[in-house]
Amino acid sequence: MLNKFPLWKNLMVVFIVAFAALYALPNLYGEDYAVQVSAGRTVTVNTETLGRVESALQAADIEMKGIALEDEQVLVRLNSDSDQLQARDVILRELGTDYFVALNLAAATPDWLESLGASPMKLGLDLRGGVHFLMEVDMGEAMRKILDQMRDTVRTDLREERIRYSGVNRDGNDVVIELRSAEDYAAAESFLNNQYQGYTLIDDEATQTIRLRMTEDKIRETQDYAISQNVTILRNRVNELGVAEPVVQRQGADRIVVQLPGVQDTARAKEILGATATLEFRFQDTENSVFDAEAGRVPFGSELYPNRNGGNVLLKQDVILTGDHIVNASSSFDENQRPQVNITLDGAGGDKMSLATRDNIGRPMATLFIEFKATGERDEEGKIIFERQEEVINVATIQARLGSAFRITGIGSQQEAQNLALLLRAGALIAPIQIVEERTIGPSLGAENVQMGIQAIVAGFIMVIIFMVIYYRKFGLVANLALCANVVLIVGVMSMIPGATLTLPGMAGIVLTVGMAVDANVLIFERIREEIKAKRSPQQAIHHGYDSALSTIADANITTLIAAIILFAVGTGPVKGFAVTLAIGILTSMFTSIIGTRAVINAIWGGKRIDKLSV
Amino acid sequence: MRELVKTENALPFMKYRFVSWIFSAILLVGSIASLSINQLNWGLDFTGGTVIEVGYDRPADLSAVRAVLTERGFGDAVVQNFGTQEDVLIRLEPREGLKAQELGDQILRALQESSDGTIDMRRIEFVGPQVGDELTEQGGLAMLTALICILLYIAVRFEWRLALGAVGALAHDVIITLGLFSVLGLEFDLTVLAALLAVIGYSINDTVVVCDRIRENFRKYRKGTPEEIIDGAITDTLSRTVITSLTTVLVLLALFFLGGQLIHGFATALLFGIFIGTYSSIFIASGLAHALGISREDLMPPEVEKEGEDLEPMP
Repeated sequence: MLNKFPLWKNLMVVFIVAFAALYALPNLYGEDYAVQVSAGRTVTVNTETLGRVESALQAADIEMKGIALEDEQVLVRLNSDSDQLQARDVILRELGTDYFVALNLAAATPDWLESLGASPMKLGLDLRGGVHFLMEVDMGEAMRKILDQMRDTVRTDLREERIRYSGVNRDGNDVVIELRSAEDYAAAESFLNNQYQGYTLIDDEATQTIRLRMTEDKIRETQDYAISQNVTILRNRVNELGVAEPVVQRQGADRIVVQLPGVQDTARAKEILGATATLEFRFQDTENSVFDAEAGRVPFGSELYPNRNGGNVLLKQDVILTGDHIVNASSSFDENQRPQVNITLDGAGGDKMSLATRDNIGRPMATLFIEFKATGERDEEGKIIFERQEEVINVATIQARLGSAFRITGIGSQQEAQNLALLLRAGALIAPIQIVEERTIGPSLGAENVQMGIQAIVAGFIMVIIFMVIYYRKFGLVANLALCANVVLIVGVMSMIPGATLTLPGMAGIVLTVGMAVDANVLIFERIREEIKAKRSPQQAIHHGYDSALSTIADANITTLIAAIILFAVGTGPVKGFAVTLAIGILTSMFTSIIGTRAVINAIWGGKRIDKLSV
Repeated sequence: MRELVKTENALPFMKYRFVSWIFSAILLVGSIASLSINQLNWGLDFTGGTVIEVGYDRPADLSAVRAVLTERGFGDAVVQNFGTQEDVLIRLEPREGLKAQELGDQILRALQESSDGTIDMRRIEFVGPQVGDELTEQGGLAMLTALICILLYIAVRFEWRLALGAVGALAHDVIITLGLFSVLGLEFDLTVLAALLAVIGYSINDTVVVCDRIRENFRKYRKGTPEEIIDGAITDTLSRTVITSLTTVLVLLALFFLGGQLIHGFATALLFGIFIGTYSSIFIASGLAHALGISREDLMPPEVEKEGEDLEPMP
């Protein structure tokens, strides 16, 4: 008998390896230092921006390697890291804070490869340096906030329906509505039943009260909304920080992962990301006395808050406007050189403000600053307890009807005004968050890790190759060929999968796969030797060797794959990276060592009569 | 032909299985004793806390670093060299309060202020105590899930006695590797956990190859006691077992010596795990299956049932 592969099978092997090689190629080109300019909320990046950046850099005499407009971003490539820092400063000065300017490393992939969609592997933070945060969202506070909003909506709705109530208040996770009369009670009941989907009505006719309670589904939906809202806002803040290629992702029920490649100043990053500051605008209660309230007799519908400048202020419970409506905020100085924040509202916010101030000219309006701080203590369920800190930062008399643009004063320092403006621009977190895990890797350690990982891979690779040639001679050479193809395939597949990142344990995974990948070939070659010992002809030995080893190889690899998949499902960060390369390595090594080597062996020895095999 | 294992006759592995069992029993008891007395040197990933690694431009003066930290109120910090003379690793227990997440930055600033040379921030890691607890739980769970999934797969593909033998061997490997980490006081972090799962993957790979041969030989040779069959199967696969272990150990040595400090624990766990895994797939897995009474009948291909045989005749 003769061992021959049909042409299509040979072509398939060649094609797959060539395809993987093509997509693995970008990894050889390295990366350029780059500065990336993207649009802020109020501006767009276009060819005009490109022109401004280019001429500014030329004026500053900074040599560019390239400049291009891609995906609504201007990407400037530079020769060195010092040029990169200089260029960033020049661009910031030219464009101002309306644009996000970030340092980045851009892949130096040639155009023809890029047009095929090929790009290098993504490196994990442990290889390129950067910060990784894991944040926990305080769900209790999120629910509280949402229920407060809900209470306000119920009040407005009932007023519009002309249903009279004596009180609408939040009680734990319920909103309790007290009605004045039996007719109002009946009207409210039918109205709420129709209009409030997702709530259970618990009514008590005797006391004429109705309790609105969220259903389980509604609670879950609300919590999902709170998390995704927080993710969006964190993403905005990360953009404000000017970080290239950040990752902001939900993890599990109440956690968010934030990864900032290249960021070194973790203190500022934490301050900005973790801040939960927001503003509320409310009317001051001038009809009642602050002293009475301080003595514990807080009038109905009002609340007492501390003033930043000392003392207390009595405010109406109804909120004119929350920070959610703010679309832009910037810091500047007023006539007296005191820091101030200029605020721009969205359409709805502008309308609300205008409506509320129209009839209240001459009344004092207060700006309430709200911040959540982690107390460091935990409740019975192990959740962090946050403390709500509220203070009035200014009270100003409304001089005229306010529109969608106005300013607030009474802020301590310029730095504070800047941070407040940044936070207001990015939006307020719907629920407070706390950092529960942080991992920062410096750039030098990252580079060192890459270098050591590559050294280990190369050294391990060479040792295995030498061993195989000594032990299996020509067949060993074939196995080595398969081993090389395997590494190319792993790198190619890793580059092709968009979500796959290479980490240091991931590199260890590649090293391990190199060691284990020859296993399939060892199994096959040992079988072939056995067949030869059993006095079969060389061609039959090859044929039976491959055939009988196949199911063993499959079983052995599937069990290893099970371990890899579980590792992937449970592990986080670097461990996941290990699982990915291990799993990919198992699959690619099965292909190269079973089909790949067979193709080569068939091509060399399969088509002719031979008396001896070099195995 | 160059051969590592040169033999015409089956080696009498089963005859000496009791020797290996005593050997394994000693290792297991020792490991469990050490695990309960010394316990594991849990790494930051599991205990929570803060680790700061800084690089000095000259050999670092550890006592000076300690003095600075004590002065700033971090007297409980553990300060040690990491890999080289220039690298310093500072480890702090988890602290209550908001300060925990700012600790790293504070210490870095303190060190930079007090040193006249330049200090390179290499890494800061902070893990909250809750995250640590979760990781421990998840890690244990992952290990168990892996073992159960593998047990099921082998039970379906082979036979339950072989499956129990294989999984017993895996548990044996994991416990003894953990024991080694406990006895030597090596730090047990997330990468070591990953290595343990890789050891499971590797060891099962080895065991499956042997099991596969046991099944094949039972079907092929009509004569011979189970002991002889198992001995033959192990002998047949012995040179493959040794060669694969050898190539894997070669690359792991490269990783151990060249891979750097951060994956030292990973390489150590795997290196040791490969040895113990190879040993267990030769002696323990098949020995257990044998003790459970595996026989030729258990491994014969199932008779193909005729289609519709079990169905009631149509009314």
